[in-house]
Amino acid sequence: MLRISHNNTLIYWLSVGVAMALTIIPLPFASLNLMPDWVLLVLIYWSLGRPEDFNIDKAWCVGILIDVLSGQLLGQHALAYVMGLFLVLKQHKMIRQFSIIQQSLVLGLILFVAQVVLFWIVHINHDISLSAFLWPVLTGILCWPLVFITLNKVRTLL
Amino acid sequence: MAVLLSILVLSIDQYTDKLKSFRGYVSLLIVPLQYGVDLPISSVQNLSDFLLSYQSLHDKYTALQAEQANNQLKLLKFSALEQENIRLRTLFESSFKLGEQVLVAELVSVNLARYEHQVLVNKGERFGVHEKQPVLDALGVVGQVTNALPLTSEIILITDPNHAIPVQVNRNGLHTIALGSGQLNKLILPFLPNNADIVPGDLLITSGLGGVFPQGYPVAEVVSFTVQPDKPFAIIEAKPKAALNTSRELLIVWKNQSMIPLGSKSMTATDYAED
Repeated sequence: MLRISHNNTLIYWLSVGVAMALTIIPLPFASLNLMPDWVLLVLIYWSLGRPEDFNIDKAWCVGILIDVLSGQLLGQHALAYVMGLFLVLKQHKMIRQFSIIQQSLVLGLILFVAQVVLFWIVHINHDISLSAFLWPVLTGILCWPLVFITLNKVRTLL
Repeated sequence: MAVLLSILVLSIDQYTDKLKSFRGYVSLLIVPLQYGVDLPISSVQNLSDFLLSYQSLHDKYTALQAEQANNQLKLLKFSALEQENIRLRTLFESSFKLGEQVLVAELVSVNLARYEHQVLVNKGERFGVHEKQPVLDALGVVGQVTNALPLTSEIILITDPNHAIPVQVNRNGLHTIALGSGQLNKLILPFLPNNADIVPGDLLITSGLGGVFPQGYPVAEVVSFTVQPDKPFAIIEAKPKAALNTSRELLIVWKNQSMIPLGSKSMTATDYAED
């Protein structure tokens, strides 16, 4: 855990970049709804591990990047990520103690909050049902152990 | 603080276009990422092009040559028809719209929002692309430009649920509007009465109303016409002509806004003198 901050910053942006790439990878239309919000998962990982370095402000910037990346109304992902990460940062000491399965479940709640915020904003301009936004919550819960273990590995390797 | 900022940004972007240049600058940051994701996909395609055998290339070449000859023939007739059309319009003293210019743009294989039908192409503002330009492919209308970023631009497809395109039935000139359905192979025509003169197989072309799409390009073919006796409007579905999910090269169209008045008598006279 006690690495030089510079190194961690590099991995942070690298992991966020990879998560963004995963977000825009072209997939068959049907499976798009099943994609978890990789970027949010990665952001949560970092804010659990190093809450003092990777905080709300960075999450906001990443959210704006995602909005531009997906050609959406600016600020919607920023708001969703800020909401989600606020909850994580409030409780990060507790969440860190949990086992990975418990963490997944708590994160499910946070992902849900983020997706509902996103849904509200998208709903202004698009006639769309909430269910499309609930799949990422479920797959996010399932993918959290994967993200957690992978990023832990990467962080200890470097 | 961040929440307030987000809400501020959200409302500015919703109601004005002040953030357009900001979006442009930020997009420069993420263009490498988009190209990075596209790279493996396009290189696989290039590789498969490269590995085509001589025989299949030759076959393709002959087929294309035949098609070219065929098209050339049609074009010959077309130019004659165009001249005739201009002459007839001159008789009516109405103006004639000039042809369009196109720019070929290649698709960048990335996905944008999952609840929208939008694609990204590799030509942006630096090529003079701007918002609301129509986009076609070899078979028909694809959509229109929604965001022209410096190096790329975002294109909304005609099948997006938020997109509507004014169309006309080619057979009888019936005007209506085709809405996107959210499915890539379906457009909906919700505003035609149960007794409308439209049958499956009818070609829908752009009507030129609305001013975004130039008139006369094929949009879709009607596939089903369901009468709803208890409702004022029928359910009509159409299948887009353009290969929305397969074409990699798209044409961005510049319309020439200026009409050429052909009403001048002298021109009419010379035209007829030539005949």
